Amino acid sequence: MSAGSSFSWTSFWRGTAGVVVTLIAWEIFARSGLFSQALSPPLEAIGTSLVQLTLDGSMIKNAASTLGRVLLGLSLACLIGIPLGILMARFRVWERFWMPLVSVLMPIPSLAWVPLFILWFGIGDVTMIVVVTYAATFPMIYNVWAGVRSVSPIWLRAASSMGAGERVLFWKVVIPGSMPYIITGVRLSFGRAWIAVIGGELLASPSWGLGRIIFDAKEFLNSSVMLAALLVIGALGLLFERVVFQAIERRTVARWGMIVGWKQ
Amino acid sequence: MGRLKQLAVDVAWTLVPFLVLGVLWEIVARSGIYPPKLFPSLVTVFDALLRLTVSGILWVNTQGTLLRLVLGFLLAAVIGVLLGIAMGRYRFVEDVFLPIVSIGYPIPGLAYAPLFVLWFGLGDLPAVLLVGIASSFSVIINTWKGVKAVKQIWIRAAESMGATDRQMFYKVILPASLPYIFTGMRLGLAQAWRILVAVEMLTAVSKGLGWMIFGAQEFLATDVMLVGIAMIGAIGLLLEKQVFKRLETYTVVRWGMMTA
Repeated sequence: MSAGSSFSWTSFWRGTAGVVVTLIAWEIFARSGLFSQALSPPLEAIGTSLVQLTLDGSMIKNAASTLGRVLLGLSLACLIGIPLGILMARFRVWERFWMPLVSVLMPIPSLAWVPLFILWFGIGDVTMIVVVTYAATFPMIYNVWAGVRSVSPIWLRAASSMGAGERVLFWKVVIPGSMPYIITGVRLSFGRAWIAVIGGELLASPSWGLGRIIFDAKEFLNSSVMLAALLVIGALGLLFERVVFQAIERRTVARWGMIVGWKQ
Repeated sequence: MGRLKQLAVDVAWTLVPFLVLGVLWEIVARSGIYPPKLFPSLVTVFDALLRLTVSGILWVNTQGTLLRLVLGFLLAAVIGVLLGIAMGRYRFVEDVFLPIVSIGYPIPGLAYAPLFVLWFGLGDLPAVLLVGIASSFSVIINTWKGVKAVKQIWIRAAESMGATDRQMFYKVILPASLPYIFTGMRLGLAQAWRILVAVEMLTAVSKGLGWMIFGAQEFLATDVMLVGIAMIGAIGLLLEKQVFKRLETYTVVRWGMMTA
């Protein structure tokens, strides 16, 4: 977590102390009666809710449908964003046509579209997936475009002077050369998609989803369930960011020596 | 003459994509695939834009949203820069806060919205707090990285020339970490902007673009919704291209720390 610095027990204990103090502060706040316990549940209640929801399978099912939406939206964003980004970077006409559209549509938050998409596609998975795809596509296009443009012309010239054809040039030079950017794009897209899916689920309330749990729990003043769902959302986000994407980076661009893999 | 021609070509190239998109939109709108109430023609949307602008409704809602954005962002900037600098300067603060920040960072701020509504009621307070908290994380992390990235040589040079702690901070550490701090603020502002609209829908603020869109849904007023979305896009574009680019040009680029 700390960039580059070596592990030290002092840091570890201080960090643990920080977390513990935060938890104790929460516990005092929860039991103080400042808010009623229905609004600020003690840790024990949150833990119980978490265990209960996991055991009866509903948490897993909800998390699975949220993740499914994100992954589907992300795949669609890759399917649209990677070819479009490459075409935009390689051909001037594509760039001139698409760039203005991308720069105007990108700053519109996908969540602003949710009410309109609900009218168009109804409450349910279609709306959710469109929202997630919208959120994820633009960073993807942008990064792929920047990545392909960043491929050093020297590499291209070197490869073609060694007799590489268009095809080889593309697969062996352009794609690996722009890989760091593409992976950054996927990462950014995932972050956007993750926020979009939770927001979308809160607003459109499809039948399953982590956002839906929070939304339902609010109706019944079940704040321990809300906090349990929040924990799961945070844990899943952390898992993808730290484990999945870092593993991908290590296996590809770090191994090829294109970035320094400073995170072990 | 050549220059003028170049300009005309550039303008045409910028307009063509929007014209194509507009024509496609019109074809779908008039084809009757969707009822016109759900998929209004551009004429209706422009009509709504004019109506809302003239009656002042659009401006009132935009004002509400911008005010919320500014307050939330100021909150994030103040907390973020102070905590980030403290974390970068003092090992103890870093050790204590880094795990907490790392745990809080990946939770989308939006997910707290229903909880904040229960705690603080509907309205502006939870909206501003949510936006502030959600955008503070990228400011904290980037400021912290920036302070840590100050070149050791600069610090030693200033020290050996007898700089006091105060001078060291204002003349060396702060300017040196400013590019990172700006990046953090830029990311934070973008994040705040992306969730603010949804936060407004969830906390039922009295005036705001998000609320305007959400409210229009009840009346199937898709033209009003599209006007709201367009306004949001325009402000987003302005924030991205104008505000921070300017700030950077006047400070870090002028000091030669970054190329524009």
